Amino acid sequence: MHVCEGVLGWPVLAAGGAVAAAGVAIGLRRMQVEDTPKTAMLAAVFFVASLVHVPFGPGSVHLILNGLAGIVLGWAAFPALAVALFLQAVLFQFGGLAVLGVNTVVMALPGVAAYYVFRALYGTGRGPMCVFVLAGVLAAGTVLCSGLLLTGALAWGGRAFLRVAGGIVTTHMPVLVADGLVTGAAAVFLLKVRPDVLPPSRRESRR
Amino acid sequence: MSCANDFGGGTFVHQLDARVRLFCGVLLALAVALSARVLFACCWLGLGLAVGAAARLNARALLRRLRHLNAFMLFLWAVLPWSVEGKTWCALGPLTLTEEGVRLAMNITLKGNAIALLCTALVSTIAPQRLGWALKGLGLPDKLAYLVALTIRHTDVVHEEYGRLRRTMKARAFHPRFSMHTLRTIGYAVGELLVRGMERGERVVAAMKCRAFDGRFRTLDAPLIGWREAVCVAATVLCAGTLFVLERV
Repeated sequence: MHVCEGVLGWPVLAAGGAVAAAGVAIGLRRMQVEDTPKTAMLAAVFFVASLVHVPFGPGSVHLILNGLAGIVLGWAAFPALAVALFLQAVLFQFGGLAVLGVNTVVMALPGVAAYYVFRALYGTGRGPMCVFVLAGVLAAGTVLCSGLLLTGALAWGGRAFLRVAGGIVTTHMPVLVADGLVTGAAAVFLLKVRPDVLPPSRRESRR
Repeated sequence: MSCANDFGGGTFVHQLDARVRLFCGVLLALAVALSARVLFACCWLGLGLAVGAAARLNARALLRRLRHLNAFMLFLWAVLPWSVEGKTWCALGPLTLTEEGVRLAMNITLKGNAIALLCTALVSTIAPQRLGWALKGLGLPDKLAYLVALTIRHTDVVHEEYGRLRRTMKARAFHPRFSMHTLRTIGYAVGELLVRGMERGERVVAAMKCRAFDGRFRTLDAPLIGWREAVCVAATVLCAGTLFVLERV
């Protein structure tokens, strides 16, 4: 989910750039140097996954997976998604360089929020079903929050853009459902195969 | 998908230093984004076309890039002209198109295409392996430069991995349909990609450590900024500054 070049005015671009720069700085500071290749690999996974089309209803939707990125990466989701968006802008002109900050915030900020909610609630139930529901609901919520952030960014430019934003959010409703279900399944898979990829619950990290 | 770009070539734009091109591209993109009048948006589009012609961009690849952007612009044209309040421009049955709305949609379309042209000509012509280096040259942290360089490389690797995974699924008679089974299977495939990516990332860092990786982004060549780069930066700043000031007097 991203906004194209030319649509936003300078106050939004400046605010988005500032918040994105702060997020990327925090993410880079928390990321160990040895984790750089791993984070790059995960950024590449999310880049590739965003090109995957899933049959949905009569058509197909593409995945966003920023909820999963947030849950797996935490604050490192900011630099990882910023890099993925930068490459999408340079290679395919999806999004753009001037709106890179806004797009990064729209994608990564709800993801980081999902990370903290996941950590807080993860310890309460360990069964696959609990993880499926938790990750699925969080992923759907992340996509919804991204849509709301995008709406806010567009609405800053004038009330007429609310209709545009409404159109974008409505068309993303199937994405929200597909993203939630796919993320839930992916989280269950990770729980069974590599549980250390999922963030430790708060209780565990205190121990 | 390959990260090799479609916009290679040997024009003087391609010979400019990658750091300078990235800097000029971002500066111009921001300058265009600040413009609010149709006349100036036209000037920017003209500049974009001129730079694009100078870089001899491949027309087919360029149109493919602009298609996605302009699909969104079409959507804006469907909404904005009758949603913005203002003077009536023309009435189509129950809908009244306003002058302000049409002007806004026109402005956004021109600006969006101008930025896309300028960025394609200046930034997308940089060889992907130089991007991380260019970011480092512009003063961004080493970790970020590494992240860009490695993500470019790993995107190809992960894409191949995904292709292999899809083929093994196909060999087991997986046929994507609109069903819970499909969504769950794709979820497992994404999880598998994450696990393989994680493990590969661990092997990569071990191999890098064997080659004295300490987190600093090193390059063997450090070309100096020549007179052509200086002219390019000066022209960019002058151009952005002039249009910015002219629009506000």
